[in-house]
Amino acid sequence: MQLQIKYFGLLAEITNCDQETLEFSKSQVSDLLKELYIKYPLLKQKDFKVAQNHEIVSNNSNITNPEIALLPPFSGG
Amino acid sequence: MTTEKKPKNVFKEGAISSEFIAKSIAKHQSKTAIGAHNIFLGQVRADKIDGKTVSGIEYTAYKEMANAKFHEIREATFSRFDLTCMHIYHSLGMVKTGEICLFVFVSSPRRKEVFKALEYVVEEIKAKVPVYGKEVFEDSTHQWKVNS
Repeated sequence: MQLQIKYFGLLAEITNCDQETLEFSKSQVSDLLKELYIKYPLLKQKDFKVAQNHEIVSNNSNITNPEIALLPPFSGG
Repeated sequence: MTTEKKPKNVFKEGAISSEFIAKSIAKHQSKTAIGAHNIFLGQVRADKIDGKTVSGIEYTAYKEMANAKFHEIREATFSRFDLTCMHIYHSLGMVKTGEICLFVFVSSPRRKEVFKALEYVVEEIKAKVPVYGKEVFEDSTHQWKVNS
């Protein structure tokens, strides 16, 4: 599946992009994170959550939606 | 009033002006069932960090998810409190120190409801909405804001 990965806040500074398309052949969020940690080792040190369908999901969730967002701690208001 | 509505766009580009806030208040003069309004205004603070002063905050957001979360917060607030209406506006882009970046406005027939509802809405926004503030210093360096 082709995934559209979106990066926010300081994560976009680490990846040097707001979003990118990745080919993903595995199933879980944790599998995707493993691939992203190889591509961007600095991500591993950062605190963030993963959102799918505009909801925070756990690392053992299956990826079913092509749009995945990596969200550092919120700082609105 | 508590019926399902589509998520609105809560975001405004740049600071929220005092004229905009004044007009919002004036628009409620025709809603005569209201007996109490309560307003929260978030203002960008000139924090000093390691000898450098914040000159503004540049806001970005995961807009689609943020608007969905604002919508959920609205629905939850209407179900918990006896409100006549509620308005939420959040800035995107650059907001300088002293300017307003968040405007929450709740109205009810009775005052006790608006005191409780406003605190609930603001705390929910801080906890659940994917908005990011980049604190920009006077020397153009920056750091990412963390809500306390």
